[in-house]
Amino acid sequence: MELWYTEEHSDNVRFSIRVDKQLYSGKSEFQRIDILYSNEFGTFLTLDSLMMLTEKDEFIYHDMIVHVPMAVNPAIKKVLVIGGGDGGTVRELARYKTIEQIDLVEIDEMVVEACRKYLPTTTCSLDDERVNIYYEDGLRFVRHIENEYDLIIVDSTDSFGPGESLFTKAFYGNCYKALKEDGILVNQHESPYYAAYANSFKRAHSRIVEFFPITKVYEAHIPTYPSGYWMFGFASKKYDPVEDLKADEWNALKLETGYYNTDLHRNCFSLPNYVKRILEDSDE
Amino acid sequence: MDVKRQRRAPILEALEEYKEMRIVPFDVPGHKRGKGNRELTEFLGEKCLTIDVNSMKPLDNLCHPISVIKEAEALAADAFGAKHAFLMVGGTTSAVQSMIMVACKRGDKIIMPRNVHKSAINALVVCGAVPVYVNPGINKEVGIPLGMSYEDVKKAILENPDAKAVMVNNPTYYGICSPLKAITELAHEHGMLVLADEAHGTHFYFNDNLPASAMSVGADMASVSMHKTGGSLTQSSLLLINNDVSKGYVRQIINLTQTTSASYLLMSSLDISRRNLALHGKEIFDNVIRMVEYARDEINKIGGYYAFGRELINGDTVFDFDVTKLSVHTREVGLAGIEVYDLLRDEYGIQIEFGDIGNILAIVSVGDNLLAIDRLVSSISEIKRLYAKEDITMMLDHEYIDPEVVMTPQDAFYAPKTSVPIKESCGAVSSEFVMCYPPGIPILAPGERITQDILDYIEYAKDKGCSLTGTQDIDIKNINIVTQL
Repeated sequence: MELWYTEEHSDNVRFSIRVDKQLYSGKSEFQRIDILYSNEFGTFLTLDSLMMLTEKDEFIYHDMIVHVPMAVNPAIKKVLVIGGGDGGTVRELARYKTIEQIDLVEIDEMVVEACRKYLPTTTCSLDDERVNIYYEDGLRFVRHIENEYDLIIVDSTDSFGPGESLFTKAFYGNCYKALKEDGILVNQHESPYYAAYANSFKRAHSRIVEFFPITKVYEAHIPTYPSGYWMFGFASKKYDPVEDLKADEWNALKLETGYYNTDLHRNCFSLPNYVKRILEDSDE
Repeated sequence: MDVKRQRRAPILEALEEYKEMRIVPFDVPGHKRGKGNRELTEFLGEKCLTIDVNSMKPLDNLCHPISVIKEAEALAADAFGAKHAFLMVGGTTSAVQSMIMVACKRGDKIIMPRNVHKSAINALVVCGAVPVYVNPGINKEVGIPLGMSYEDVKKAILENPDAKAVMVNNPTYYGICSPLKAITELAHEHGMLVLADEAHGTHFYFNDNLPASAMSVGADMASVSMHKTGGSLTQSSLLLINNDVSKGYVRQIINLTQTTSASYLLMSSLDISRRNLALHGKEIFDNVIRMVEYARDEINKIGGYYAFGRELINGDTVFDFDVTKLSVHTREVGLAGIEVYDLLRDEYGIQIEFGDIGNILAIVSVGDNLLAIDRLVSSISEIKRLYAKEDITMMLDHEYIDPEVVMTPQDAFYAPKTSVPIKESCGAVSSEFVMCYPPGIPILAPGERITQDILDYIEYAKDKGCSLTGTQDIDIKNINIVTQL
């Protein structure tokens, strides 16, 4: 039997993975949740038929969304993760002994439950005593908070569907308010390549720039995401992600990583010209 | 209401059968089921164009319904508890105008609150009826015009025993209801008809936790904007009649001005939405009420803003309040409603219904969810954080000015007139309307005295960014004034 998972990366481009078997399928109040197994990528999670993570390449995404801000400010103690119900971001954060509190705000409890069952490699730290899980809309959660967090990580789905409100000006403004004066905001920043994603990429950047004095975008190679080329946003009230990198301090922690290292950190903020141009356009 | 019958949708069923028949069209519309206008078909979709058809025997005719439209109207009447319902395709404007023209001939008096929609006063220009205005109450705190007090209506009725009808907003744009049942009983004792403008009250018919509907308290006619909160397409509406109002005469009046090419898109949308409301209206509006209550609480937690609710009820000028209306007073944040309205659209990608001098109004309906509500609340919260102004002393604090009526709207509109710069018109009698749109409640109507207070209001509204309309001069710099009283 031939069974394939196919995702449309654009109206004219498809990406397919041969599926060995389907492990789970469910429909929550917010989205359709599927967990499949492939011989190439291992277990993988899709929401509304869009790839969220695979066991084989999730380390790239989670390394980059967590270790970049942590190496800029290793003193971070209180972290808010919005989205990220698969637990991968929390897993990487939990490796830092110095972090005192991790609040995870995920809108969809069914995602967390399904991942706990089928993706234990990413959910393994959700029961860490420093972790608090809130099942609610991230926008609503952050609205009531002022001057509390050292780091906010927006580990969201795409800007269409239930994650839409996490790409709005209201949300970024609320995040700014919720961060301390040396706070850092890191967000999943879509891709600059295909037009639909590039629009979200551009819009997100232009909205973040309105609030934060320092905003930089960095890149990573993620094979199972549209175009394989993915971006993250780094916004801060105080720290420049390259100039303020505490490389020695971070390396002294001796954290083993699959993708991230401090040399790569300095270089991932160097962007191709076509990406720079999109950012310049959105600054206007 | 007969639930089993309500599962039917005769116009929808007839259109589906008609599609099956694969008729070759040699009649209008000339796009021939979309084939003659590919671009439009591409844009609107083939399904939509194939049912954009003309009246014909299998599909009935809105001007003279004898089959499927007749059945659809009977079902609508049953769903709304009326004697008869007319499907309307010219908006609730045409329904309001038909009600007035049914009740009044030239020279007849009609008692109405001055904060009616412009469609009502337009009807007076067309038919020559004479308004007897009842000033609505004003809420001092939020500056909005309220409903009519029972005593004021009684006084108007006793002073004008020859009046033919009393018109009532049920509710106003802001969700305020007058004591409609008591007014209806009083008007009927004096032989007057009661007409309800229910442009903002469709949902009253389908949920017991909302104010009383016009038909349920025995009013004679009601204009119901199905498209506003009932889910049908823009421009579709219902006119309901009750008691002894003649169905045949109402149809004649409607046909004086209504198109003879009524759109089946609009009519089928009324049919489908009526069915949906009849079968699921209670749970739909239970959900809407929950969402709006949540939004009101969250907005009031922000501070500065005041999302008002049932606490306004005073048994008279606020006899009841429609909790599905999310009206927010913005003046204490130092921003005019229209400024918040513009910021929401330009900065936060949110379009609300309107903003005026001191308030905004968001419509929450069958199509909303909590995620969208939270986006609205968060954006309103951010607007306070980023744009609030400390000094509110220079801000206007009211939405309504009592008019001095000098002539009837029709006499003033057709009187000899001249155009003068609006700033120099103080003291003259206006021959035309000036209003902010939305909400479309006239600041000045034909036949009213132009005062400095009114000119200040217009200037302020313009300055804050309200869209002004009504005058012959599209830039609202000049106004036609009556030269011969």
